[in-house]
Amino acid sequence: MSQSYRLDNIGLINRDKKLSFKFNGITYNGYEGDTLASALIANGVHLVGRSFKYHRPRGFFGAGVDEPYAIVQLYRNGETEPNIKATEQELFEGLEATSVNCWPSVNFDIGAINNFLKIFLPAGFYYKTFMWPKSFWYKVYEPFIRKAAGLGVASTKHDKERYEHKYEYCDLLIAGSGPSGLASAYAAAKNGARVILAEDKARHGGTLLTSDVNIGNQSGKEWAEGIISELKEMPNVIVKNRSQVFGYYDHNMLVMSERISDHLPKTKKFHPKQRLWYIRAKEVLISSGSIERPIVFGNNDTPGVMLSSAAKEYLKVYGVLVGRNPLIFTNNDSGYETAIEFKKNGVDPVILDTRKDPQSEIVDEAKNLGINIKFSYVVVAAQGYKKIKSADIARISDDKEQLGTVENIKCDCICVSGFWTPTIHLASQSGNKTKFNEDIDAFVPGISKQNETTLGAANGTYTLDETLKSSFETGHELSKKITNNDNEISFPNVVEKKSTTHDKFWCVPLPEGKNYKRFLDFQNDVSVSDVEIALKEGYRSIEHVKRYTTLGMATDQGKTSNLNGLQLVSNIENKVVPNVGHTTFRPPYTPISIGAIVGREVGKHSKPTRKSPMHSWHKKNNAVFVDAGVWLRPRYYKQGNENLFEGSKREAKNVRTNVGICDVTTLGKIDIKGPDAAELLNRVYTNAWLKLPVGKARYGVMLREDGIVMDDGTTTRISENHYHMTTTTAQAANVLSHLEYYLQLVWPELNVNVVSTTEQWAGAAIAGPKSRDLLQKLFPNSDVSNEGLPFMGYIEEDLFGVKARIFRISFSGELAYEVNVESDNGNFMWEKIMEVGHEFKIQPYGTEALSTLRIEMGHVAGSELDGRTIPYDNSLEGLLSKKKDFIGKRSLSRKAFTAEDRQKVVGVVPLDKKTSIPEGSHLVKDSNAPLPNPKLGYISASCWSVEHDNPFSLAILKDGKNMIGEKLFVMSPLKNKVIPVEIVSSHYVDPKGERVRS
Amino acid sequence: MLHIKCPHCGMRSQNEFSYGGDATVKRPELDKEISDQDWDNFVYNRKSLRGKHWELWQHLSGCRQWIKVERDTATHEIFNSLKANEEIS
Ligand SMILES: [Zn+2]
Repeated sequence: MSQSYRLDNIGLINRDKKLSFKFNGITYNGYEGDTLASALIANGVHLVGRSFKYHRPRGFFGAGVDEPYAIVQLYRNGETEPNIKATEQELFEGLEATSVNCWPSVNFDIGAINNFLKIFLPAGFYYKTFMWPKSFWYKVYEPFIRKAAGLGVASTKHDKERYEHKYEYCDLLIAGSGPSGLASAYAAAKNGARVILAEDKARHGGTLLTSDVNIGNQSGKEWAEGIISELKEMPNVIVKNRSQVFGYYDHNMLVMSERISDHLPKTKKFHPKQRLWYIRAKEVLISSGSIERPIVFGNNDTPGVMLSSAAKEYLKVYGVLVGRNPLIFTNNDSGYETAIEFKKNGVDPVILDTRKDPQSEIVDEAKNLGINIKFSYVVVAAQGYKKIKSADIARISDDKEQLGTVENIKCDCICVSGFWTPTIHLASQSGNKTKFNEDIDAFVPGISKQNETTLGAANGTYTLDETLKSSFETGHELSKKITNNDNEISFPNVVEKKSTTHDKFWCVPLPEGKNYKRFLDFQNDVSVSDVEIALKEGYRSIEHVKRYTTLGMATDQGKTSNLNGLQLVSNIENKVVPNVGHTTFRPPYTPISIGAIVGREVGKHSKPTRKSPMHSWHKKNNAVFVDAGVWLRPRYYKQGNENLFEGSKREAKNVRTNVGICDVTTLGKIDIKGPDAAELLNRVYTNAWLKLPVGKARYGVMLREDGIVMDDGTTTRISENHYHMTTTTAQAANVLSHLEYYLQLVWPELNVNVVSTTEQWAGAAIAGPKSRDLLQKLFPNSDVSNEGLPFMGYIEEDLFGVKARIFRISFSGELAYEVNVESDNGNFMWEKIMEVGHEFKIQPYGTEALSTLRIEMGHVAGSELDGRTIPYDNSLEGLLSKKKDFIGKRSLSRKAFTAEDRQKVVGVVPLDKKTSIPEGSHLVKDSNAPLPNPKLGYISASCWSVEHDNPFSLAILKDGKNMIGEKLFVMSPLKNKVIPVEIVSSHYVDPKGERVRS
Repeated sequence: MLHIKCPHCGMRSQNEFSYGGDATVKRPELDKEISDQDWDNFVYNRKSLRGKHWELWQHLSGCRQWIKVERDTATHEIFNSLKANEEIS
């Protein structure tokens, strides 16, 4: 199709590169450098979607980030993305997009029938309409909302694009590369400051690209291009386009999203789609410009009504006419600039100016060009449904209360200018106390909380000369403070047309007998009457009005609607706008993709994966892995078609009958050295440590100050002042911090050093009745007899030429040893043990068998030491020293912790000896008791006892001490199970602990 | 994200640190009688101050030292940081 609204001699697009794209299934052409919006307008397409609530037709309203209407669903390289602004999406070859909010199609929308039937969804519709009757919710409201609402469809597929995060530091971060951004960046860069200049759009220059000004002997656009190319050459400057600084956080940390590949048909190889920058800036300059304000009138949401600045941008940047018969409706000189551009390009506009007799260079130029100007005139209502066909206009009285006779004039677009609103979002996010500026009817930044300065239009300065001057100065002064350089730069001469004051008129009264909808918030369909209702119903605070009406709550965050909303509230309330105040601006300034926020931390990269030195051996031997904290551990080693249950049972059984080997590298290890090491242990652990001999290990439990068990493990005295502590895999990092806390802050007098050695040692547990025979063969020159290496003994030996530490400790309850070698030798050790162990029928066992073995032994672990239990609960009260103080001891005498019926760990066996018991289920006395059934305890861990060949569980049970032999019920509402059980001792196997000492 | 001065390493981002609570709380001495109320105050009771206060941070991903930082809880302004063995004045 032809681009019938494209002009030949104007615009910054690349006419040598034609691009083909599809919108709602129809193929169109555009040029490189177009946005989807400019390309559609070039093709005469003005209907792009339907509104959120009433499904009224939607066109284009702006030309950038402030766009409330033109939100599309984008299809790119096999992926789909919702909530894309057509005004921001750059065109690429093969782009496909569809409308959102319309069903079944943009031209025939069933939801819009609501509009005709006048089933209006008024203010507070979320709160009122959908509350009653309750039964309607599931059947009527929810399906209706789901079908009718929303801003597109999220992809259900895994996003295969790559997103990156980057950290950067700079002296000055400058957000926005319009005149103020360029001037301040240039001055600061010349002073040697490290500068980041960020531009949201593809092209730098901001308003210089569209305004008719001269700087020095160049046009504004040429000057901008010159500055940018000079900045790009400087090593101390980072110049970014397509980069939106969207969040201003504490201590001058800002976040910027850089769209690297969104404008390409597909992401380049080895490139990310987007990059999120975390920038710590010494100073922040906010040069984000301003957004034009609409004037409110009847049917002001009709496609074809748009901001006059957008119309000018489409014309000057993209060479596109938004209409051939434009009506300009303005209360200030900006509308004239748009009209003049139309006129220069062969189109005859009509200007309606709300002012009576404005005098300025710009007005004079329009008059001289012969443009038809009607002073003291307003648009009463737009006419037309899917596109404007005409406008009802009328003269307005000087007091702006009375309308004259309504006339109708033909037009195909209405370009509105209600003056300018500074973009203060970033300043406000930083904690700046904004203030109201009467001259421009808008809020501007006030007192800074952080090191930020707002420049130019964002600060309410609307003349180029002033903007450039103050921006040069600010960039110079701030950089001077940081770099101590003082490079003077010559200030260019600015030629701009003088404008006169605007008219503080923002809302056209309704003509007699007409009830046109006059919209404030175009994205959420909030009209003047909605706000009036909210105020009638008693809402006063602007924050409440916002939430009740949803004014400014759409994805555009009210960029074009907030101030008019405030005007309305202040008019009705008879307050001045500054007393109404604005709602809080929060990041992000504009929607950011979730992929960018997540960055590379997806899937297996969401946390680091740690593997033991024996990992490849496990893999080769069919290990099925499980996540254990940050570690990958073998859960079981699959043989043939075995499942987890069968495999782990086989492995556990082999430990009980022969010998097994388990990778225990993941256990936390802390090296403790110093003359006061024993004293530290004595204070940290609940039992006595001062008399532990060299070459001996001891089991210890440590508490938090509140008496709750923090961790357990064995610690071995390697030499006089040297200890080797082990922690559970999960608590390793916390225990180290815990020790450091006490050593650095509480007992600095203790002469001790601690350091993590978790990764320095590879560990293998050898467990089972044949483990000693195996050990003897591994260390033929050592005495590993029960006398030579007794339970809790420790020796250092040579393992086939490799230094090894041998601990006689047991987690499985069997005769067992733990061998540690330096990590690099881990695999060597493992293979040697497997080789030598062959004759003893050695088998590796994984975490599942390990759990089974410890559960049936009644050895408490992480599932019992869960941050809610004290030593007594875990039957560890025997380890509490009465003779010395230790961390958390004082808490143990609290009333609740010494109660007679205090919870305690017990064993649980199903009466039928068959039904396995789900972990997390509750123990109750009577399974038929009315709900809520009093809970006596909970199942902490379950296994299939290989010793007894029936299910067995551990539970934390109220008054557990006196419950042995009781019959209770296990209830698991989640699994819909009720299981009659008997309470038994937690030590289901070898209750006297003879095996470990054998 | 806060920017915290570690007295050992210099200015670092908050994500290198972990928070440790009120720095003015003193652990009662070992082996000393203490009332239930005083112990409860030590373990559980903290003032939720608005304004300047001293708090502990550990430079976990740096030098691993616990440090004392004076921060305004309302504005996040940081005034001072001390090493573990330096007394709050
Ligand atoms: Zn540090």
